[in-house]
Amino acid sequence: MSGIFQRISMIFRAKTDKALDKMEDPRQTLDYSYQRQLELLQKVRRGVADVATSRKRIELQANQLNTQADKLTNQAQKALEVGREDLAREALTRRSGLQQQLSDLQVQHAQLQGEEEKLTRASQRLQAKVDAFRTKKETIKATYSAAEAQTRINEAFSGISEEMGDVGLAVQRAEDKTAQLQARAGAIDELLASGALDDPTGTAKDDITLELEQLASTSDVENELARMKASLGAGPAAAPQAIEGQPSPSGAQPPPSQVAQPPGLDAQTPQEYQAPPAQDQEAPPAQPQGDLR
Amino acid sequence: MIVRILNEGQWHLTDEAVQALNAFDDAVEQAVTAGDQDQLTKALHALLDRIRATGTQLPDGSLEDSDLILPDADSTLEEMRQLLSESEEGLIPG
Repeated sequence: MSGIFQRISMIFRAKTDKALDKMEDPRQTLDYSYQRQLELLQKVRRGVADVATSRKRIELQANQLNTQADKLTNQAQKALEVGREDLAREALTRRSGLQQQLSDLQVQHAQLQGEEEKLTRASQRLQAKVDAFRTKKETIKATYSAAEAQTRINEAFSGISEEMGDVGLAVQRAEDKTAQLQARAGAIDELLASGALDDPTGTAKDDITLELEQLASTSDVENELARMKASLGAGPAAAPQAIEGQPSPSGAQPPPSQVAQPPGLDAQTPQEYQAPPAQDQEAPPAQPQGDLR
Repeated sequence: MIVRILNEGQWHLTDEAVQALNAFDDAVEQAVTAGDQDQLTKALHALLDRIRATGTQLPDGSLEDSDLILPDADSTLEEMRQLLSESEEGLIPG
């Protein structure tokens, strides 16, 4: 087999050889490589965490979009109830726009999940190889002469370098993909944060809500007016009573003097009349009057 | 012969099995030259399926050099070109 894959393989090998050539002391090669392996392992793990974070963010956004879609369904329902088919149509149109976004998110979610699984696997493979390399490194250091060690080192080194090249590519790809998706996710976040996914005015409430609220408040006003008219028609005397009731706290001042009078008018119950003013200032005017008459 | 599928791991293939892959290699190369993503994906999937079916996977802890390195099944044309451009840096972090 030749052609394209041979070329890819040769590029990998050329890079490995170049990295090896930089080292003069075999031990230095081993230790340096091991260091790089550990660094890469850390990087892969960070990559897995990053992808997982992005995935969760997308899940969160999908939930929010679902909530919005439900809200629009409710709005459509309400609009129909008050006979506004045009508003209902508008709400449903927007909902279908949201559903488009939702299915986009689902595709992204699947992509991220795929990346996450690949990176997790890559991390496991690299971990196993790093462990194997560490064992081999110690064996090589302990057992072989410098010349033999060089050959063994080259074997071990090229084996792990290839894996590192592979994993390095995987991390890079995952980083690129998450960066792309995060940019798109950021745009959706902004829309969601404004609470106005499709509202050109950018106000906190979307125009369908506003219009429904206007309809609702208009009918509220009508209802209130009707209620007031009804109460006015039922008993004109009721209103003056309510008005008189309000100044009564300030009108509560005279009663004590009235209260002081009863003892003079009726000496039989002086104690009864002195006690109420201390307890409740509003009560006395009614009680003395009632008692007096 | 040991073959690495990028992002997946390494497989051991007999020489006969490798010979049988030549046709797939040509299909991939043609797709890249033609710039046809669908064809590339199809050719790569066929090739890699074949390898998984005829080869034995090496354990994670083995430290062996691959004779051939193949791209990921979902590689894009751009990724293929990147792989092939030698100027690309950071392919081997070691």
